[in-house]
Formats: sequence, C-alpha cells, structure tokens
Amino acid sequence: MSTVTLYVPCDSAALAVGADAVAERIAQEAAARGIDVHIVRNGSRGLFWLEPLVEVATPAGRVAYGPVAPSDVPKLFDAGLVTGGAHALCHGPTGAIPYLARQQRLTFARMGMTDPRSLADYQAYGGFDGLRNAIAMPPEAIVQTLIDSGLRGRGGAAFPAGIKWKTVAGAQAAQKYIVCNADEGDSGTFSDRMTMEGDPFMLIEGMAIAALAVGATQGYVYVRSEYPHAIATLNAAIALAEAGGFLGANVLGSGKAFHLQVRKGAGSYVCGEETALLESLEGKRGIVRAKPPLPALAGLFGQPTVINNVITLASVPIILARGAQFYRDFGVGRSHGTLPFQLAGNILHGGLVETAFGLTLRELLYDYGGGSATGRPIKAVQVGGPLGAYLPESQWDIPLDYEAYAAMGAGIGHGGIVVHDDQADLSQLARYAMEFCALESCGKCTPCRIGSTRGVEVIDKIRANNHKAEQVALLHDLCDTMVHGSLCAMGSMTPIPVTSALKHFPQDFGLAAPDRA
Amino acid sequence: MTTSPIHHTAAPRPGVDSAVQGVLAQLAGEPGALLPILHALQDALGYVPPDSVPAIADALNLSRAEVHGVISYYHHFRSSPPTPHTVQVCRAEACQSMGAEALLAHARQHLGCGLHAQSGDGVFTVEAAYCLGLCASSPAIAVDGQVHARMTPQKFDALVARVAHSREAA
Repeated sequence: MSTVTLYVPCDSAALAVGADAVAERIAQEAAARGIDVHIVRNGSRGLFWLEPLVEVATPAGRVAYGPVAPSDVPKLFDAGLVTGGAHALCHGPTGAIPYLARQQRLTFARMGMTDPRSLADYQAYGGFDGLRNAIAMPPEAIVQTLIDSGLRGRGGAAFPAGIKWKTVAGAQAAQKYIVCNADEGDSGTFSDRMTMEGDPFMLIEGMAIAALAVGATQGYVYVRSEYPHAIATLNAAIALAEAGGFLGANVLGSGKAFHLQVRKGAGSYVCGEETALLESLEGKRGIVRAKPPLPALAGLFGQPTVINNVITLASVPIILARGAQFYRDFGVGRSHGTLPFQLAGNILHGGLVETAFGLTLRELLYDYGGGSATGRPIKAVQVGGPLGAYLPESQWDIPLDYEAYAAMGAGIGHGGIVVHDDQADLSQLARYAMEFCALESCGKCTPCRIGSTRGVEVIDKIRANNHKAEQVALLHDLCDTMVHGSLCAMGSMTPIPVTSALKHFPQDFGLAAPDRA
Repeated sequence: MTTSPIHHTAAPRPGVDSAVQGVLAQLAGEPGALLPILHALQDALGYVPPDSVPAIADALNLSRAEVHGVISYYHHFRSSPPTPHTVQVCRAEACQSMGAEALLAHARQHLGCGLHAQSGDGVFTVEAAYCLGLCASSPAIAVDGQVHARMTPQKFDALVARVAHSREAA
C-alpha cells in the first residue's frame, strides 16, 4: 500500500481540544497496523465544533472526520479511515460540508488546505502570484489597484486601505515602515490568529507588496503575547521566506529590500489602537497619541508608516493576483469584497465564515451557526468586539454592510460575533464593558480613565435599585461625555455596548420594556 | 499585575546579573528595544527582577522611572517570581456566554486562590485572561501557556490533577 496522507490541524483551537494527542495516536495505530502514513499538520478549516478535524486524502479528494478523540482512532482505522470509509464521525468530502461549501473564501481560500510552514504548498495554491505581479508594476499602479479594489481596513475602522497607502507613498522620507497590527484583542475574534497560524505566508506576501507600493524597507508584525503559537509559526515562516528570497535584501530579484520582524505585545488591549501600538513598538507604555499627525506621515519612530490589520494585509495578495475588479465585485454598496466573520460564544456551530458583505446576522446565526450551543433562544448578539453594540432580534435582518450598521449605531468592527442566550443579563454585560475599559484604559484622557470607573459604579447603583431614574440619566450623560471627549475608540466606543444594552434590554436593568415602535 | 517598588539595594545575584547582561548585549541595539528586552528577561527568569531596572535603563539611555513605568504598564510583565504553575481563565464576553464566570469561581475555589493570587501551597496562581482567541470553543483556559478549550469544572479538576501529579513525579 502506498503512503496515505492524513491531516490533523495545528491551529490553537485544534490543539486546545487535543489535536496533538490525536495525531500521536494516529501515528501509533498506523505503525501497529503496518500502514505507511504521512501526517500533515495543516491549518484549521475553521469548523471549530468539529475539531480535532482529521482529513484523509483519497483519489476523490479529502474526506473529513470529526470531532476525533484519541480513543476514536482505532475504530476509525477499523472503519477504513485511510480510504475514506464510512463511520459515525465521517462528514464526507470536506469541501462539500455545507458550512464550508456555501462560503465565499477569498482570503481564507487556502486555510486548512496547506501545511502553514511549507513554501511549496503555499505556491501550489497560488501563493506569491500577487507579489510577482506587483514586482512587474510601478508602485503607483499597485496603490491604484488597491484603491480600485475598494478594500477597507479590516481591523474595525474600515478606512480605505489604498488611500492610506497613497499618503505614505507620497511622503518623502529616508525610512518608511510597514506595521501589521496583530494585536487581536477583541473577544469573539480569531481570524488574525488563524491567518498567522494557518497561512502565514499570505500575510508576509501582503506586507511585501505594501512595502513595494510605498517604498518601505522594514516591517514589523506586532502580535499579542496571548498568541504564542501564532508568534512561533510566523517566525518560522519569515525565516523560510527569507531563505526563499521572498524577503530580505533583494525581494524576488526586484532589487528592492524588505526586512520583516515579529514583535510581541505584553497584554495591553489598547495597544490594538494604532498609535498606542506604535508607542509600544518604540519601547514605551502603550499610550494613545493625539492625531494629527497621522501615522501615514509621522508614524513609527516619527517616519511615514503603513499600519494595517492582519486581514487587510492578507487580502492584498489575492487583489494583486486576480485584479481590483475581481475583488470589488463581491459585496454590497461601499462594502466591497469579503469579510471573514467569526461566529463565537454561545453558538452550536462556531467558526470562521468568509462571505461577501451583505448577508444578515440571522443567516449567520441560524443557517451557519445552527442556533445557540445551549439550545436556548438567542437573546442578544454583540457584533464587532467589546466595543460593539448588543443587537436584539429586531436588528438581525439588517444586511452586514459598514454603512447599514453605522446607520443603526452599530459597527461590524473586525467581524467578531458573540452570541448570548436568554440566560444572559445585559446589565451585567454592560457593567463588564465599563469594567474592561477601566482595566485597559491607557489613562491619557479623563473621560475614558475616570468615566469607565464611574460607569461601573453607576451601573452597580442601577442594578441595586439605588435612585434608579437619576442614575440612568447620569449614565446617559456619562456615556455622552465619553463618546465626545475621548481621544480614541476605547473611551469613545465603550458606551456603545452599554447604551445598546440599556436601550434594547431595559428589563435587565429593572426598567420598563421598550416601546415596540 | 502588581509590581513592587523599585529596589536597588539588593545584593547582586550572579544568575540574574549574567542573564541581564546577556540579554542587553544581544538586544540593546535593536530599535525600540525595551519590550524585547523585558520579554527575553521574563522568558529566561520567569519575571523581570526589579533590581535589573538600573542596568536596563543605563543600556537604553532611559531613566529608571521610564523603565519601571513600562514594566508596570503592561499586564504581562511580572516583578516577582511566578508560582510553578499559572492558570489563566478567559473572562471575555464569548467565554462569559458559555459560563466563564462560574468556571473562574470554580478554579479559585478548587485551588484555594484569590484572583491574581497564589494558592495556599504556593503551587498555583489563578489569573483572569481577556481573550485567548478560542472564542468559538468557549470557555477557554491556559495552564502554563498551554491552551485548553470547551472547559468544564470536571475537565478542569482532571487537568489540574495531572499538572500537580507531573510536578510531584518530577
């Protein structure tokens, strides 16, 4: 019998449910049965309720089994695992699993297909096509392609990425930088982590293209310290890319240099704010800077700097490979392209869902997510991380589009979607939003530093029924001050979960139910 | 994380001093070197000794106050040696939606720890974490940096027993 190729993911979410033990058991069992196997540690397909998801390569394509426990392995072999045999844990061809089949994976097209540390795998699935095209283009044409693609910053602010690049390209300086914001601190998000752990060359390629476009020679990826596996994989991938000539003094023979380094954060949420991140990279406390000057003109070490989120930069290779129009044709309105949504929290089928903008939250929650994990009714959904609004069911049919969400006082942010069932107490979650802000505020501006602590106290009084009506008025006042008086999104957006909880779930604060207008 | 005030009266300790000198020799020339230096020290020693502050400040041409300010700003850096084992329980929203607060209470009760405090036997510390990036497999914890998801009190007890047992066996 020839060698059988099996896949067991190395993504943190697979490791956290025992993927290493499963891989080990498969190797032992195969050896005991005299079957020659090659186990590839691939990225995750993003179907996390099925992790550890074991796949086997068959002549008809890959077949999926999951969730596999080490104790399942002997029975899987008995059932003919190595030929894709039937078993209760078998889901058939991986690509035909409905959750995956109905997605529009552009950025995540390779995710789970490849060994993240294999340059050969990466190139077998179109890797570096974008960089090769970019090298043949004048820098202005690269920038124009990005502008034409309609790509907007995926970190949360949704600023047009090409405009940012154009500003940096037009700045005159001896040294420019590309900085990747990989400080993915929002609860409910993991697309950056998956990218770094599962397809790191895509991020490296995107950063190299950015460097060619704006004339930068040095790049940094600032990764949060909570992501040790991402840091290890990225460091390994950078070393391989250097050895392969994709980074270094002469990127693919272009005569242009681009050096890349990983820098590790240190557990500060506000360092996900771009100016605080730059301070941290410079070796300082992560204190937010006032803007202007924009980082594009005076960023890292005072030099012109492109600072983009992981997914923004990871979206660049396919745009340069397939063209601006290809990418732009996905989506609705001014929200072009796709977004890797992350279905998280109390959801039956949690995972990564990349689709074009324009689908609704209800489709995500039920058609993909299958309802809550507990089987209870879904009560509230927080979209866009800890600074995002809590949405009641009446808002689940609005298309996921930057402008439509902004119009109802919400945001899509980094695409994290956290589901809560009917046992959630929204007054408790509102209190938590203020508590988290108090814990993580950099302290530079008063509304955020003091307002968050006062916010916890006021919500405690409301919950304790202590002068409730006055305290509610005070909470609205306080939120108004934070929104309008804070320097960055931490202080100015913490009120969003608080006021949305208060507006849509007043009964949780012991107040009268909302008018059904 | 709590930090102690700056001490610079402690007697020199050869292991610590050579670690500090080695890290500074390797990294002090990097742009924005302070965080990489602090990480390297904490990785080597388990914490950033307060008496290393003057040497770091000197190597980077910073004041001791600036270095102390950075160490105390970031939750990740410790100024005292850690317990042999650290349990981090995520209490961000996604994990809360799957019972993280109850799990954290269970962890503290089971190990006899206050939050960010040591167990009575000095073996474990329980810390809150704010997102481990495992939000579709909640609730999540990390024990000594290794992540574990879909955690339950029963699985937690078994995991902690394994960790404690491996320590006794070592």
